[in-house]
Amino acid sequence: MDSLSMQDRRRLTRSVGYLAMALIVLVIGLPVWWMFSGSLKTSQEIYTFPPDWIPRNPRWSNFTDAWQSAPFGRFYFNSIVTTVLGSALEITNATLSAYALAYLRFPFKNVIFALLLAAMMIPSQVTVLPNYVFFGATVFDLIGESWVNTYQAIILPGASVAFGTFLMRQSFLGLPREVLDAAKVDGAGHLRTLWDIVLPMARPVLVTFGLISVVAKWNDYLWPLVITQTENMRTLTVGISSFYDLEGNTQWGLVMAATIFVIFPLLVVFVFAQRFIIEGLTAGATKG
Amino acid sequence: MVSTTGEGAVPSYGGRTGEQSSSRRTRTEARREGILFVLFMLPNAVLFGLFTYWPMIENVRLSTQRWDMISPIRLGIGLENYRYLLRDGTFHRVLLNTGYFTVAAVGFSLLLGLVVALLLNQPLRFRDGARAVVFAPTLLSGAAIGIVWSYIFDPRYGLLAQVLGWVGIGSPDWLNRPEWSMPAIIIVYVWKNLGFAAVIFLAGLQAIPRDLYDAAKVDGANPWWRFRSVTLPMLSPITFFLLVTSILNTFQAFDIIRVMTQGGPADATNTLIYYVYEQGFVALNAGRSAAASLVLFVLMMIVTLVQLRFTEDRVHYG
Repeated sequence: MDSLSMQDRRRLTRSVGYLAMALIVLVIGLPVWWMFSGSLKTSQEIYTFPPDWIPRNPRWSNFTDAWQSAPFGRFYFNSIVTTVLGSALEITNATLSAYALAYLRFPFKNVIFALLLAAMMIPSQVTVLPNYVFFGATVFDLIGESWVNTYQAIILPGASVAFGTFLMRQSFLGLPREVLDAAKVDGAGHLRTLWDIVLPMARPVLVTFGLISVVAKWNDYLWPLVITQTENMRTLTVGISSFYDLEGNTQWGLVMAATIFVIFPLLVVFVFAQRFIIEGLTAGATKG
Repeated sequence: MVSTTGEGAVPSYGGRTGEQSSSRRTRTEARREGILFVLFMLPNAVLFGLFTYWPMIENVRLSTQRWDMISPIRLGIGLENYRYLLRDGTFHRVLLNTGYFTVAAVGFSLLLGLVVALLLNQPLRFRDGARAVVFAPTLLSGAAIGIVWSYIFDPRYGLLAQVLGWVGIGSPDWLNRPEWSMPAIIIVYVWKNLGFAAVIFLAGLQAIPRDLYDAAKVDGANPWWRFRSVTLPMLSPITFFLLVTSILNTFQAFDIIRVMTQGGPADATNTLIYYVYEQGFVALNAGRSAAASLVLFVLMMIVTLVQLRFTEDRVHYG
């Protein structure tokens, strides 16, 4: 130890650090690489051992073949509809509730807030069965038709929001009071204040929560799995899993191409927005 | 509950500069605020009532019935579903699996997450890029990731078989062997989620004041002692937060299991959440599914209450 100079030792620890970092990136990245390389392999190449790290003759037609072997266009459409509408409803609900809880006077407001937070303790997984029964039997009794296998059934149970309300209420309460008072003096009503003053100031939280919401809706699996019954109503996550159930482990090339259909939009979102997401999550955790 | 939910004080909007000069005006204003409050809260409240609170009551009712999800007749059978779960060997297995999965998945996610965070807290170049890579899997669809890993675990042509081959070990038939399927699920889960723990730990590390380390250095503490006496204690609130969130998340892990093993082989990866799904939507035993989902709910409730209890203590003593 003493034979090493201070500088040598520092250089050594730094190299070890870079080595460890490279190792971590490799371990996390390899499976994703494996997915990409697999998606370009012929079945012959899939079934060679040792496997090729880089496909020798990239078979791009895996993508078109996969696209045609299940209605992926339709799955995309369904995922986009349910994600966009679901997140829009969630963000609207979070904003309105947060504004009401932060700025409007109402008796027993804290009890209402507590009830909202308590809903976070009831995970959606626990309510899947009764909600299914609701959209089937109960809705049928009420209006004469079942809502199982409809967009509204996929979307509605996820349209209420406690976490986002909490997040946005915290951020609203942190806004400078003087600006809000000035708006009031200027005669701005609550809707104007919300739209023109509060929302622009709370934009970082809005963006973070919006991103988290969109990612969660896109990846949602259990509820769309049970509430959709026909192929044309399936979202991408459900569609890909039933595609895999059918193709099994015989057509890895096609199956990997199909998983890229699901993951690709998320990777794009991530590349552009990871900073917002990470900062939003860490802020929530370190303050809480 | 109520006391822990926040600042409590009702923030009165705006400055009442008029000083009671017109109490009638403030009263109509208060009423208008009240109406607006109701309008703003209503959609969220109705949806929560309909799809979160009411289903919990329905769950209790369903758990006392025998029903195949189809027939118009639901037979009231009292506590029979719960008695069944108490006796049923499969359900015991399910509880053990859930414990096994939770302890291992949470333990490894937090441990590896901390190691990664400590590394990325060093002044290394590209560490922001590395942080992004480590975090990325948390955002990816569990269903898609499960399929990718099924290919990786393929005992003959998979990536892991290749890597194990380098060190001269044959690959087990991961997903078709009862003793290997749970470790496989845990590996995937940890791979997907350790980035979350790493990012949160990293934020915690960066919030530790530098002078604490300087003080420890002056006292002659070596790196290990500085870690023991400064880093770990300062991280304990965040560790606790991560512990609770991770436990709650593993209780809800469904997509990976559904895609990779469907609870098998021989119920080796059948966890509580999977059992709830399987009993309800595959075996069509609505009553048993509801009873099991209440067991799951109570477990999560206990974890949450412990958290509230501890955070309250911390607030009082801190």
